[in-house]
Order: sequence, then structure tokens, then C-alpha cells
Amino acid sequence: MTTEILARVQFAFTIMFHYIYPPLSIGLGVVLVMMEALWLKTGNPKFHNMARFWTRIFALTFAIGVATGIVMEFEFGTNWATYSRFVGDIFGSALAAEGIFAFFLESGFLAILLFGWNKVGPRLHFFATCMVCLGAHFSAIWIVVANSWMQTPAGYHLEKLVDGKSVRLPEGHVVGPDDLGTVRAVIDDFWAMVFNPSSVERLTHVLLGCWMAGAFLVVSISAYYLLRGRHLEFAKSSMRVGLAFAAVSTILQVGFSGSQTAEGVVKNQPVKLAAMEGVFETQQYTPMTLFGWVDEQKREVSGPKVPGLLSFLVYKNFKTPVVGLNDLPTDDFLKKRYPDAIPEELAKIRPGYWPKVNFTFQVYHIMIIVGTALLGLVVVALFFWWRGWLFRIDFIWTRWLLVALVLSVLGPQIANQAGWFTAEIGRQPWIVYEILKTSESLSKAVRAEEILASLILFALVYILLFSLFVYTLTRKIQHGPDGEEDSEEMPESWKSVIRKPSLTD
Amino acid sequence: MDLNIVWYILVGVLFTGYAVLDGFDLGVGALHLFVKKDEHRRLMLNSIGPVWDGNEVWLVTGGGALFAAFPEAYATVFSGFYLAFMLLLVCLIFRAVAIEFRSKEPWVWWRRTWDFAFSISSILSSFLIGIAMGNLVRGIPLGSDREYQGTFFDLLNPYSLFFGCTTVLLFAMHGAIYVSMKTEGDLQNLVRGWIPRLIGVFLAFYFLFNLYTIVDAEWVLSTVRAKPWVFAVVAMNVLIVLNIPREISKGREFYAFLSSCIGMCLMMMTFGLTYFPYMVRSNPILENSLTIYNAASSQKTLGIMLIIAVIGVPIVLAYTASIYWIFRGKTTLTKHSY
Repeated sequence: MTTEILARVQFAFTIMFHYIYPPLSIGLGVVLVMMEALWLKTGNPKFHNMARFWTRIFALTFAIGVATGIVMEFEFGTNWATYSRFVGDIFGSALAAEGIFAFFLESGFLAILLFGWNKVGPRLHFFATCMVCLGAHFSAIWIVVANSWMQTPAGYHLEKLVDGKSVRLPEGHVVGPDDLGTVRAVIDDFWAMVFNPSSVERLTHVLLGCWMAGAFLVVSISAYYLLRGRHLEFAKSSMRVGLAFAAVSTILQVGFSGSQTAEGVVKNQPVKLAAMEGVFETQQYTPMTLFGWVDEQKREVSGPKVPGLLSFLVYKNFKTPVVGLNDLPTDDFLKKRYPDAIPEELAKIRPGYWPKVNFTFQVYHIMIIVGTALLGLVVVALFFWWRGWLFRIDFIWTRWLLVALVLSVLGPQIANQAGWFTAEIGRQPWIVYEILKTSESLSKAVRAEEILASLILFALVYILLFSLFVYTLTRKIQHGPDGEEDSEEMPESWKSVIRKPSLTD
Repeated sequence: MDLNIVWYILVGVLFTGYAVLDGFDLGVGALHLFVKKDEHRRLMLNSIGPVWDGNEVWLVTGGGALFAAFPEAYATVFSGFYLAFMLLLVCLIFRAVAIEFRSKEPWVWWRRTWDFAFSISSILSSFLIGIAMGNLVRGIPLGSDREYQGTFFDLLNPYSLFFGCTTVLLFAMHGAIYVSMKTEGDLQNLVRGWIPRLIGVFLAFYFLFNLYTIVDAEWVLSTVRAKPWVFAVVAMNVLIVLNIPREISKGREFYAFLSSCIGMCLMMMTFGLTYFPYMVRSNPILENSLTIYNAASSQKTLGIMLIIAVIGVPIVLAYTASIYWIFRGKTTLTKHSY
């Protein structure tokens, strides 16, 4: 038990810390492409200065993302050897594809993006920026595909090693204790694995979350400059690009992708959805609890409820019941595993197949609340922009809005982490949904003390790393963009290539 | 040739790519503290500045390919070498962070600390990689369930420690040649002066290492007897290493570096040819070993992965080569430098 908990905590800690950075890189990558495109199109040097400044911020997030990302590539083998043996045939392909298609692309062209200003022409530099951004997105695609396969496995069958030979197991085979180490999942259909039932909607959800992380970082730093009255022209232009991008991604995320993802969860992982919403009893006009506390013993949720809302959000009508945890997993599912159990016993076994309900409920609601708040903030900011108040820093309401925008950078970070908690905790006790349990997936060769030692080691290193990140980011922000607002820091050789800005720009 | 052999070669190519490319990064790190002037240290850092990150990707992709093609080997090795591997990962993190942060502040204590972190983590990374290789050569105790049965301290046997030292020297030599290619003036002269000595020490270690291997890992001798042409690879390796001082004395650093790269490829080839068809040798119970057959994924996955590799690898090689071409020539310091 302790080995399991330690292995999970260690993995969760390293992946959470890692996941602060890739969303920033992915989001900022898009921002860099937009800024360089604007600059190539208009020839206005202010866009070039913007691209330069945001590239420096990008370089920092990318460096720490890479440094902490290598750990993840190997932690499946170190912490979850039994899992790795079980899924290597499928999960490994996605990881290898990520390396070949994404990481090489990103890190190769990153050299040109960061150090190529004086080595290549502006168009090739723009191309490199696009490739880095594309590579970052490819990386998200493959890793979310791999994770989605763990949520909704597809395109595979199970094989068992008997006397050195692989024997195909019938569909619906229940993996038991003697299967561990000899049974593995084997691919049938690569594209069915890639486009498994949840991968498209989850990828959309993750990418929009990443865009929000990058966009709100730009918004936040620009708002800070505006409040301080520094680099005003730079801050206004950055704010326009950042806010537009933040608005588009937030509206798509909260308005469309969020509910789409939830609908997918209802279909594919009803237990997770019931835990997310704290639904125990299956009833018509299923209410939605806005926030509250789940008492897992009494199977009750306290907090304000809106009757019928959950039914409506899930099934688009107020009446259809959402199946609750008292009926999940289904009797059929349990009977397969406990053929001799009588109904009373099944009811007792059932909670063993639930995730930690209150935890799942809370992290999910944190994500929802933060997402909604960000949407509200974006709407207000757009309204100010439309009325021409956004940059009137003598206006008290504008100043309050800007303070909120400075803080907004934390929003996507909290929502992204909470969302991943919902996805991963909500899948428990499974590591591969309804096939392999997390507790069965550990490395047999690794002892609890070793995991604890590595956890302490990583905790110390990551605390140091995070302090350095915050310190350096603050320094870069304090230093601000180089040069005066309208001067150029462009290499001489580039100037002839880019046409001069016209007077209307 | 079946798919398993193809993947044995492909995984080997990825890890060889890592050794050749990140080998010089780690070597530059090992030599870093021996260079005293701040400007010279910055030049050293910036000589690997644009490429070290991409070089590290070879390790990550090698890990991914191992996971996909030989999941049993991936699971056994990384869970078996748990603490050693965690230490390697922490070293690689420190190396990355030291490169990123060292020149961000002008304070002497700041730069000294990061110089120290950069150098120590590079040396320790090379050393740990050598230890892992050494244990693979000797064989590690595996149970019938293919799980590692030893402890962390069993990994620190004399042979593997010696392997680790040899690896540090190898990378240091490789790094010195790289620096002499990428720099000019004082720094180049300084580093160029080290190369013959580094090569001498390395060859002495390499000779002892081969002797030690035959004594400590008895299977090697019988395997090499069965495949005598492995000696030809070793002989070519010694010749190509001896070619390095010749090229240096003629001032042809690029050819010296190329020789060093080929030498490292030949060393990895020696390992791959001798070790075949094993992925992880079990010692003492050889029957529990992982081979390219009992550790592999299904034929279907190996086939799919081959398609991915055939599409991906040429593109990767093309733009990697272009990027090295764009950053060719001597390193200079600009405001974008580390």
C-alpha cells in the first residue's frame, strides 16, 4: 500500500511540476507565431520587438519544460514496470512517435528561434518559429492520445504468455492476479488506438487549456506594465494580441469544449462523471451541485443544488436521469468479477470501484469555477476594449480590471492542474480503464524507501527550480522589452528584406 | 533479417546518436572547470548552446523507442536501476538548468556555483551512463519474472565503476575535440594542448577496459571467438582514435572531430555486435535473460513503428544536419548567448 501511494505521489508530483511549463510553451508558441506573422506582414518594428521579448520568456518556460520532461519519459519504466510490460505494445508507440515527430522538431528549430536572429533571414526565422510551435502541438497530440487510450482503451486485444507462446485471450477477459506479468495488451488497429473514443475531445480540451495558459501570461504581464505605466506602447500591442487570443480560447473552452468533454465522460466513464458531480442516487431531474462537500460515508452532498440542471447539461433535457454511484459500476460488471456474490455483497464491493469521490468532486469544481471566472473576466475586458476604456489607466475601474488581469495568469494554471487531477483521480482505481488497476501496475523491483528517496530528491530540486524560474521571470519582466518603443533591434541584414512600415500602420 | 533485428539496430542507432552527440556536451561539461576565464567558460557553454537540447532528445526518443519495441527491457532496466536512473535524471536536470541560468547574473558566486553544478552534473551523468552499460555487459541478476533482484549497491561493482571512469574520459576527449573545433585563439590553444594527453589516458583506459571485460565478463571472450570480426571493429576504432592527434596537428579540427564521432560509433557497434541478441543479460541465471525476441512487442507494433521511423527519421536527420550547418563555424558571444 505505501509503495503504491509513494509511487503515485512521486509520479503526480513530477508530472504536476512539469505541467506548469508545456502549456505555457504551447500557448506562447502560438503568440510568437502571431507576432512574427504580424511583423512580416506590416513591417512594423514594434511587432519585432514584441516577438523578441516574448521569445525570451518562451525560452525560459521551454528550458524548464524540457529539463523536467525527460524525467517523465522514463518514469513509466521506473515506477510502473508492470504497467509498462502490460501496455508497451501500445503506449510505447505513442511515446516513440512523440519523440520522433515532436521533440526533435521542437528542440531542433528552437536553436534557430533563440540563437538564429543573426544567422538566418527573417522568413526562415519565422518558419523556425512555426516549426517549434507545431512541434509543441504534436507533442501534446501524442501524449494526450497515449493518456486517452488509458481512459478509453480501443483497437487492442489481450494476450497471455503460456509456456513461451502468446495466446490470444477472448474479449472481456478479466485480468486476475496470476495474469500480471504474463498478460499484455497487443495492438489490433493503430488508428483505432490513436482515435480512441476520447482522444479528439480530450486533445481539444487540453490544447485550449494550453492556449489559455500562454494567452493569460501575455495578458498578465501586459496589464502589469500598463498599471505601472511602463513600456506603454509595447504593453498595449501585446495586450491586444494576448487578450484576443485569450478571449477566443476561453470562449471555445468554456463554451464548447468543456461540455463536449463532459458528455464524453458520461458515455465512456460514467463512474468518473458521477464522482465529479457527486451523484449517488439515480433520479429523474438530476440536480447539479454548484459547490459543496461530499460525505462519502452517508453518500450525501451538501451545497446549493439546481434541480434538473445536470440532466439538462448531459442529455439536453431536464428529465433523463444521470446514473449515480449507487448503481455504478453496473451489476453485470461486478458479477463478471465476483460471479458468486449475492446482491447485498455486490453493494458492498461496489465502492471499491469508485474513485475518491469528494476529491474528484472538489478538483472538478475548482476547474469549473476558475474556468467560469476567466470567461467572465474576458467578457468584461472585451467590453472595456470595445468601449475604448481598456487603456485608460486614469480610470479607476480600468485599474481594477488590470489588477484582475495581472492575477489572471494563475487561473489557467489552477484549472489545468485541477482538470488533470479530475481526469486521473477520477479514473481510479484503474490505470487502464476497467482493465488494469493502478495497484497492480507497480515495479516489483522497487522498494518504498527508494521511491521516498527519489521523491525527496525531486522535491528539493524542483523547489530550487521553481524559485529560479520565478526569480528569472520577474527579472525579465522588470527588465522589459529592449530598446525604445519605436527603435529597432533588428539585424542590419534583415532590414532590407522587410519593407518599411507605411504611415497607416 | 526480421523486425526484431531491425529494431535492435534502430534502438542502437538512437542510443549511439545520443552517445555521439550528447557525448561532446557532457565532455564539454567535464572540462568546464579546467578553463578558468569567465569569457572562455561562456564560449564553452555557447559552443554547445544551440545544440545540446536537441542532442538530449536522442536519449528521450531512444527511451521511447525502447519502450515501444522492447517494453520488457524498458521495464526491467529502468525499474532495476531505479536510484541510479533517478540520479542520472537529476544530473541532466541540473545540467540543463546550469546552462540556462549561469550567465543570467554577473555575480562571481552565482557563476561559480552554476559552473560547478554544470561540470559535476555532466561528469556524474557520464559516469552513471557508464555504470549502467557496465552492468549490462556483466549481466544483472534477473528472476524468472524478469525482474531485477539486486540492490542499488550491487550496481556499483568495480567493473562497472571502471566502465564509468572510461566513459567520463571518452566524453571528455570527445568534448575537447569539439571545443577545439568550435573556438579560436587562446581557448582553442589551451584545449588543443590537452587533446594528446586525453587521448593517451583514454587509450590506456580503453586497453585496460578491454582486458578487464574479458576477465570479468567471461561470456565476452567466447562470443568474440565465435565472431572474430568484432576484433576488426575494435582495431578500426583504435586506428581512428590515433588519427585524431594527426588531424589536430595539421589543424584540421573538423576531421579530428569526425574521427572521434566515428570512433564512438564503432565502440557502440562493438557493444551491439557482441551483445546481440540479448537486450539484458541475466547473471548468474542466463535463461532469465531478455533477448530481442522475448522482450519485444508484437510483430504488428514493430511493423507500425518501422513505418513511423521510416517517415520520421530522414526528416529528423535532414533538419538536424541543416541546423548544425546553420550554426557551423566558430562560436562567438552575442547578446543572445548564454
